[in-house]
Amino acid sequence: MVESQQNLDDVVNVVSMQNIVKRFPGVLANDHVNFDLRQGEIHALLGENGAGKSTLMNILSGLYKPEGGVMEVNGKRVTFASPRDAIAAGIGMVYQHFMLVPSHTVTENILLGLNEPRFLMQLKQYDEKIAQLGNRYGLKVDPGAKIWQLSVGEQQRVEILKQLYRGANILILDEPTAVLAPKEIEELFVTLRAMTREGKSIIFISHKLHEVMDISDRVTVMRKGKVTSSGILTKSTDRAGLARLMVGRDVEFTLDKKPVEPGEVVLSVENLQADNDKGLKALRGVDITVRAGEIVGLAGVAGNGQSELADVITGLRCSTGGKIIVQGEDITNKSVRCGIEHGISLIPEDRTSVGTAPNLSMTDNVIMKKYNKSPIGGKWLINTIAADGYARKLKIDYDIMLPNVDTSVRLLSGGNLQKVILAREISSQPLLMIAVQPTRGLDVGAIEGVQRLLLNQRESGAAILLISEELEELLSLSDRIYVIYEGKIMGEVTDGDIDKIGLMMTGMKQSEIEKQGETQNV
Amino acid sequence: MDIILVLAAGIATGTVLLFGTLGGIFSERSGVQNLGVEGMMLFGAMTAYSVTASTKNPWLGLLAGMFAAGLISQVHAFISITLQADQVVSGLSLNFLATGVSLVLGEGLNSIKGVPTLPFYTIPLLSQIPIIGRIFFTNQSVLVYFGYILFPLAWYFINHTRPGMHLRAVGEFPAAADSQGINVFFTRYLYVFIGGLLAGMAGATISLAVSPGWFAEKTSAGQGWIAVGLVIFAQWNPLRAAFGSYIFGTLRRLVLDIQGPNMIFSFPNPFFYNPYLAFFLKMLPYAFTVIVLIIGSHEATRKRIGSPAALGLPYIRGQRGL
Amino acid sequence: MSDMEVNHQEKRRWKFPIHIEERVSEPPRWLSPLLSLLAVIFALLLGAALIAVKGGDPWRAYSHIAKSSFGSLGVFSDTLVKATPLILVGVACSLAFRMKIWNIGAEGQFFVGAFGASAVVLTPLLPLDAPRWQFIIAMALAGMTMGALWGLIPGLLKAKFGVNEIITTLMLNYIAVEWNNYFIYAIWSEGGFQMSRMFQKNAWLPRLTDYSKQFKIFSGLTTHMGLLFAIVVAVVVWFIIFKSKWGYEIRLIGDNPRAANYAGIGIGRNIVLVMMLSGAIAGLAGMSEIAGVVHRLQGAISPGYGFTGIIIAWLAELNPLAVIVVSILFGALILAGREIQPTGVPTMIQGVIMVCLIAARFFLRYQIIIGAREEE
Repeated sequence: MVESQQNLDDVVNVVSMQNIVKRFPGVLANDHVNFDLRQGEIHALLGENGAGKSTLMNILSGLYKPEGGVMEVNGKRVTFASPRDAIAAGIGMVYQHFMLVPSHTVTENILLGLNEPRFLMQLKQYDEKIAQLGNRYGLKVDPGAKIWQLSVGEQQRVEILKQLYRGANILILDEPTAVLAPKEIEELFVTLRAMTREGKSIIFISHKLHEVMDISDRVTVMRKGKVTSSGILTKSTDRAGLARLMVGRDVEFTLDKKPVEPGEVVLSVENLQADNDKGLKALRGVDITVRAGEIVGLAGVAGNGQSELADVITGLRCSTGGKIIVQGEDITNKSVRCGIEHGISLIPEDRTSVGTAPNLSMTDNVIMKKYNKSPIGGKWLINTIAADGYARKLKIDYDIMLPNVDTSVRLLSGGNLQKVILAREISSQPLLMIAVQPTRGLDVGAIEGVQRLLLNQRESGAAILLISEELEELLSLSDRIYVIYEGKIMGEVTDGDIDKIGLMMTGMKQSEIEKQGETQNV
Repeated sequence: MDIILVLAAGIATGTVLLFGTLGGIFSERSGVQNLGVEGMMLFGAMTAYSVTASTKNPWLGLLAGMFAAGLISQVHAFISITLQADQVVSGLSLNFLATGVSLVLGEGLNSIKGVPTLPFYTIPLLSQIPIIGRIFFTNQSVLVYFGYILFPLAWYFINHTRPGMHLRAVGEFPAAADSQGINVFFTRYLYVFIGGLLAGMAGATISLAVSPGWFAEKTSAGQGWIAVGLVIFAQWNPLRAAFGSYIFGTLRRLVLDIQGPNMIFSFPNPFFYNPYLAFFLKMLPYAFTVIVLIIGSHEATRKRIGSPAALGLPYIRGQRGL
Repeated sequence: MSDMEVNHQEKRRWKFPIHIEERVSEPPRWLSPLLSLLAVIFALLLGAALIAVKGGDPWRAYSHIAKSSFGSLGVFSDTLVKATPLILVGVACSLAFRMKIWNIGAEGQFFVGAFGASAVVLTPLLPLDAPRWQFIIAMALAGMTMGALWGLIPGLLKAKFGVNEIITTLMLNYIAVEWNNYFIYAIWSEGGFQMSRMFQKNAWLPRLTDYSKQFKIFSGLTTHMGLLFAIVVAVVVWFIIFKSKWGYEIRLIGDNPRAANYAGIGIGRNIVLVMMLSGAIAGLAGMSEIAGVVHRLQGAISPGYGFTGIIIAWLAELNPLAVIVVSILFGALILAGREIQPTGVPTMIQGVIMVCLIAARFFLRYQIIIGAREEE
């Protein structure tokens, strides 16, 4: 049911963006976009990856300059030459990837770029000021702590405080829940509602439908650079409707997953311990098994040891205790090459910095695992003809878009780059595949493609460990889901119970949850 | 061999390294590595000497030397900051360029006579402190005293002032600084320039104070490179830089002076009796630099402090990550 | 940030309808050599300006260079002689730079290579009347071994301790010079002069002029066997880099060490091997110069070959075959450059070339668009 819109005379637009145009080389990111924000509302900006929502908000926050269009803040025309101007106009942006200097303290980060204190930095008084500000909004942090010591949720609080300290009345949050556990998301939403009661106006960028339905008053949907629906009341629509506006067609919410009988145990991790880059304990005794023909999901908020786990299993990081057993053989702390020869394959989290060599050709990138063996690798030399042929075949099989196999891969889009990596890894017919955030940053079409490939691998009998921050993805692909928290497995879920998973992600052990459940049933 | 005189001379020589190292610290703290210090130092030395020879005014020479090196540093700044070229290669080419230009323009300078140096002073009260007074405050060039003031100021500036914090932010996480309205590019250009100024000052210290004259490449004899190594040893901290520079300076002097006397600490001086062993002595400063680097790198790995996180990476707005 | 925004940069706004924006496809093949050529021309012009400033006559200087390097068979032969060590050092640097290992120590490796070759003759390690081919092999091996050692040290330090190889290789340059000096002055000094005795004829690399009886045309040509070594090494290294498994590993590590790690390639091991091979080749250059040209060990054996080699490697885009061509050009520059006043000009021109080269690379990643974009 559609509620009647408020009388136009009553509405106060704190922000009005009209006909915004923004181009990047090769792509029109914002195509005559209209957007407005009312006083005291939470307005969601919804769209899949690549729709142009971040671009639009980067224009509003002064990072980018539009080629065309007009912006008004509080009724006055504005042009922002740099983020400084936007900050002066009361607009503060909390980025998805935090803009915090890791080695500096909370206070130093909050004071960065300001004019006060002028020259000498006596931080004690500012520490107190910031602590007070934090308490006022329910955003508790220790002002003297260094950023690298804080959890992701705490870092986000610092980012928000940073903007509030500057007197921001308009807050833009870019995918704020990507790095939070369900409980922290609840806390964030409480904070946001408190801020609107104090008169702040909030723009909430997201691609997660249920959150948008949960928190926002109005929603604007973008698709491929255009607005498909501007400022509609959230109450007047539903998930399916929003999804259609986001993608342009009816979206299936479930994938076609065939039942497969799992085979024998391929990977067995026992009491694994490891440190992270800072020398702190990242894995405190992890136990996991993965069998052939199944996808085992690993749920958990980023930073709880997932990256380290993937690194240790593949040999990129040393363990400090425990065992890794692949098909019965103990390969703990053996080299990466040893892992590769045992059929372990990794789809890395970081496509450009780890998974590929950007300036080398596609051919050079796909033979990374095969260059040592025939037919591509001989005794000393590489058979370049065989290598090119192999690359061309993969290009066709996986439908990778690029002019020819000699092109440098840095020119590829994210989706195509991921396809190159998948093509390389899958065609080496791995026994065990570890996929870390395989669909991050991809558009819906590419996501479906990747998930399809993973399911195919499962049907062919591969053992797959899927590490992902997208709970929906884990639920639709995995046969079983482990939950990791602070380097330990909290429990294993086979029935897709989201609530249980959510609780485990915040640190409750499965045994405790079940006990609670029992006492409640009595 | 009067050890006090050796140490005093060591402080003077160390001042050259100190300026070079401080310049490197400023530049690298902003995220730009400048390997052209040797060339800039040479260029500064040549310009300072040349201007002093023409105008007979060493202060003008000093300023000219500083400014010349600062100016030529901007070539590297433009190429590595705006054109986003690899900083290592850019720095190396600056080195070749600055060295080459110095040699060309400095042709014939060493034949000019009567070039004044910068004044030497003895500080009245302080020079009477036993031992320390004779080393640090007796008959040192004005630039040495300037060095004493500069390094603590530099330390304070970097760690306890607002512009210093901005500098550190730009070198650690330029995107954060950018998003808060700090102009990353301008900051980096500025500190590369300051690095150049200091390298030029180091050069002027050589040609107008410590070893007056112009001796083509032998004027700097690798001190610019030692300064680059010292930046790592100093862990980008001006206080440690001073420590390292003065020790190194003393070492260099020791190498020269040790060949003189026929007895050292009542043992026959091997270097006096076999002058050829001097060649091994000459290797010492360079070998020591390597050792210093090993210590510095090992410590950095152990303590998990490293270079400024964004060192060596060009900043591109809108790129994910740094 | 989203998929599309990851690699894009804010477009610069200019007042005229000319923009610079990032390329979305590969630049045309001819662009890179063209840019290199333009860089060289620009550098020469700049050099001319500086010569003029100092009171010289640039056109005379340059035409003198052309004449005294390519003017006749005799001078061309001299050019090749100068090019020989350049090719070897250029190839040594290309190999190391492919892996982003900045071997600035080619000069020092050259020096100790010369030392090694001389040691064979002066110690003496072979009887004085041993056949020539024995001397050639022994000297070459000795030169390469010493060079490899000089490369091993910084290689190990980088692999084990992460020590910056630029400074260590550079420091070893200075140490190498003093090392040689010790032997020249103290041990092998001939009659109190600052050089060793002249090597006997069977320790000389054969030169074209040695065969002037069979081929009249070779009379007076000092091109020596080192050139053959140089070309063979260049071809072999070309093969290694582009056609061999090891070369693939090297290129992968150079482009993205983390990806190489992920592919299971051992980085530390390769750092050491590459530095050793690079050092060995530079050491061979030293041997070639000693046994083919100078025929004695002395202090002045290199007008900065090690550093020129770096620039040559860059100009040749790290391709060993291109290094051969570029080395000949630079050989000409060095040969004739000795006679140009002021003396620092060849160094300066090299510096300018390198700066221009690097600046020009910018246009491989960005392009100039003339004319305003149309609004849709």
